[in-house]
Amino acid sequence: MNNTSHSQPGYNFAYLDEHTKRMIRRALLKAVALPGYQVPFGGREMPLPYGWGTGGIQVTAAVIGQSDCLKVIDQGADDTTNAVNIRSFFQKVTGVRTTEATREATLIQTRHRIPETPLQDGQILVFQVPIPEPLRWLEPRETETRTMHALSEYGVMHVKLFEDIVRHGRIATTYDYPVIVNGHYLMRPSPIPKFDNPKLHQSPALQLFGAGREKRVYAVPPYTDVRSLDFEDHPFAIERWSEPCALCGATESYLDEIILDDQGQRMFVCSDTEYCNTRQAEGHRGTQNSPTSVAGLAGAQA
Amino acid sequence: MSRPLLQVRGLAKRYGARIGCEGIDLDLYPGEVLCIAGESGSGKSTLLNTLAFQLQPDEGQIQYDLKDRGLTDLGTLTQAQLRELWRTDWGFVRQNPRDGLRMQVSAGANIGERLMAVGARHYGDIRGAAADWLARVEIPEERLDDAPKSFSGGMQQRLQIARNLVSRPRLVFMDEPTAGLDVSVQARFLDLLRGLAAELDLAVILVTHDLAVARLLAQRLIVMRHGRIVETGLTDQVLDDPQHPYTQLLVSSVLAA
Amino acid sequence: MQTHKQPVLEVRGLSKTFTLHQQGGLELPVLSAVSFEVRAGDCLVLDGPSGAGKSSLLRCLYGNYLASSGEILLRAADSDEILDLCRISPQRLTALRRDTVGYVSQFLRVIPRVSSQALVAEPLQALGAGREEAMQRAAELLARLNLPERLWGLPPATFSGGEQQRVNIARGFIAPKPLLLLDEPTASLDAANRAVVIALIREACAAGQAVVGIFHDAEVREAVATQRLPLQALSSAASQAEMAMAA
Repeated sequence: MNNTSHSQPGYNFAYLDEHTKRMIRRALLKAVALPGYQVPFGGREMPLPYGWGTGGIQVTAAVIGQSDCLKVIDQGADDTTNAVNIRSFFQKVTGVRTTEATREATLIQTRHRIPETPLQDGQILVFQVPIPEPLRWLEPRETETRTMHALSEYGVMHVKLFEDIVRHGRIATTYDYPVIVNGHYLMRPSPIPKFDNPKLHQSPALQLFGAGREKRVYAVPPYTDVRSLDFEDHPFAIERWSEPCALCGATESYLDEIILDDQGQRMFVCSDTEYCNTRQAEGHRGTQNSPTSVAGLAGAQA
Repeated sequence: MSRPLLQVRGLAKRYGARIGCEGIDLDLYPGEVLCIAGESGSGKSTLLNTLAFQLQPDEGQIQYDLKDRGLTDLGTLTQAQLRELWRTDWGFVRQNPRDGLRMQVSAGANIGERLMAVGARHYGDIRGAAADWLARVEIPEERLDDAPKSFSGGMQQRLQIARNLVSRPRLVFMDEPTAGLDVSVQARFLDLLRGLAAELDLAVILVTHDLAVARLLAQRLIVMRHGRIVETGLTDQVLDDPQHPYTQLLVSSVLAA
Repeated sequence: MQTHKQPVLEVRGLSKTFTLHQQGGLELPVLSAVSFEVRAGDCLVLDGPSGAGKSSLLRCLYGNYLASSGEILLRAADSDEILDLCRISPQRLTALRRDTVGYVSQFLRVIPRVSSQALVAEPLQALGAGREEAMQRAAELLARLNLPERLWGLPPATFSGGEQQRVNIARGFIAPKPLLLLDEPTASLDAANRAVVIALIREACAAGQAVVGIFHDAEVREAVATQRLPLQALSSAASQAEMAMAA
């Protein structure tokens, strides 16, 4: 197998050496066998600091192959700094094809969102995770949290949600909302908005999660049950907006709020830029659609 | 005569060459309040923690009458079964409420935790049960949403009782529960405990150095010295007619108010 | 209550010696080979000077003191079995105190925060009576003993000696038990209340209870005794110690 990088001489294909990639793949296999269970792995030094997606990058590096087509998004957008830099990194060290189109990608690395376009069989979604342990806030001891996971002792997580209702009258957690995977392990889905939680459930895609600083990987295999925690009288509910996307008119996607001027004028646009652009290309229009809009500029090829 | 709830034979716990406790035999029946009394270093806290299986015994056997299985050697239980026992059928009231409560979380959540741990999923019901228990331990209902770090010491201890009793345990361990409390506060706490123990038919093993607490709460008394039991019997008998020299010393040393 | 031909209480060769380890193991005999029987309806009065071991004997009969040797045979109220107090388990003894033997001590041990009426009601509740019924009965007894109603809701800690003693007596008489032990129940009472206590004792005996009592007052002794047991001090040191211990 040709393992040298096409663009960067002196670097192995996908930056990591083959042994490391195998080690990570072994950890990932274990993670897939135990949906939601955090598997420790020997995290390597990456050319960017902790907190910038080193976990996600290592997972992507471990599974990416020459025939893959890679998409990278950050908060739903392909054109923000992080997404651009990570995509560029992989282009340099692998030479694989990249794309912004969700449907074309075989491998998608994401920070804090799941694409609006439904994923398909054969696709892999890699999440960047800051803190993998959902019980950390209540239990600082690693020995104790491991035992709690092993014994499914998750009453304490409900205490947190209970406390939310006490303080705010409703469950106030809006992102990184805890879920139970395959009826056993409690998992943090990374800081995706709770809006995206239903997409985790019974997805045709393989969902992999990497935390670089904490050195953990976990996985949700295709077609796995993922249920968000709630109370019978405070059931889980996703966010809703009072307006559709100002650019493409979508009513079923996650919207970002954009402040237009100093008078506080605002508009709501799809966080998933590719989704929004595709809809516009298909003829859907929102109330604010004009070539001089911010989203219009962003539509230019990165 | 009913079956014993807890049966202990030949129990020992050592710290290297030092004896924590040794040669311990005791029986506890449902609804009995047993006091373990002794001075500092007598081994009473070690014994309590070993009985509760928070410390691993070095010798001997502890058998407990499990709800579904009857008298069972606790050493044969898995980690999961033991933890389940601690969460449901047993309680542990600690001397320092900080060790037995979640200080940053509301009183209601503190009480509701055991319910949530065994699957309660209705917020309204859990909150209702918590409010109910708050009233039973004489904490004003408006404190339900306050965190215990804003409570007085006595209130924190009473909250600890509620937190433990909500799961209707049959056995509660208590380690000097009134040691840090003012005398008037102690009286309220002890009276509450007395009433609840009788009402709920609780078995209690209580460690104290204060013989007055023993007389008030316990039917039976064990006196410990240097890790061994030196005398045992009905509380009033041990305190009024002590047989062992050490017990006589202890009883005669107590100052009357 | 069942009345038997057989005795409620039979004491055989009861001896009690205190060993004072604090005083170099000094031995104080207070009772020596005491034997007697009590039947339903009897009122046995313990006679003898101060320090003769009368209180100690009562405390042995309640299991509050451990007998050094001998047998204390009691007929259990629930099962009719004959049990030796000296040889039964602590749990069994606790049960016997609940339903078979009552004890009115000389001094009321006060529990903070519990009202006198609730204190009196407790032994009846322990036998299964509902709280309301028990409180009602307690009120009746306290009224009979002339304890002012305003005191019923208060804990007895601040009561006078006589008031405390009346709470104690009510607590002893509320639940009908086959054997009732009374240690100087009239010591702090005036003539009127002494008469009430005499009446209570007579009614108890008529109802089939057995009473073993120490009475300071000759008048009371005459009024209630059906039998007498004379005791004498076994040593002067012992009698002094006994008096000290009764305090």
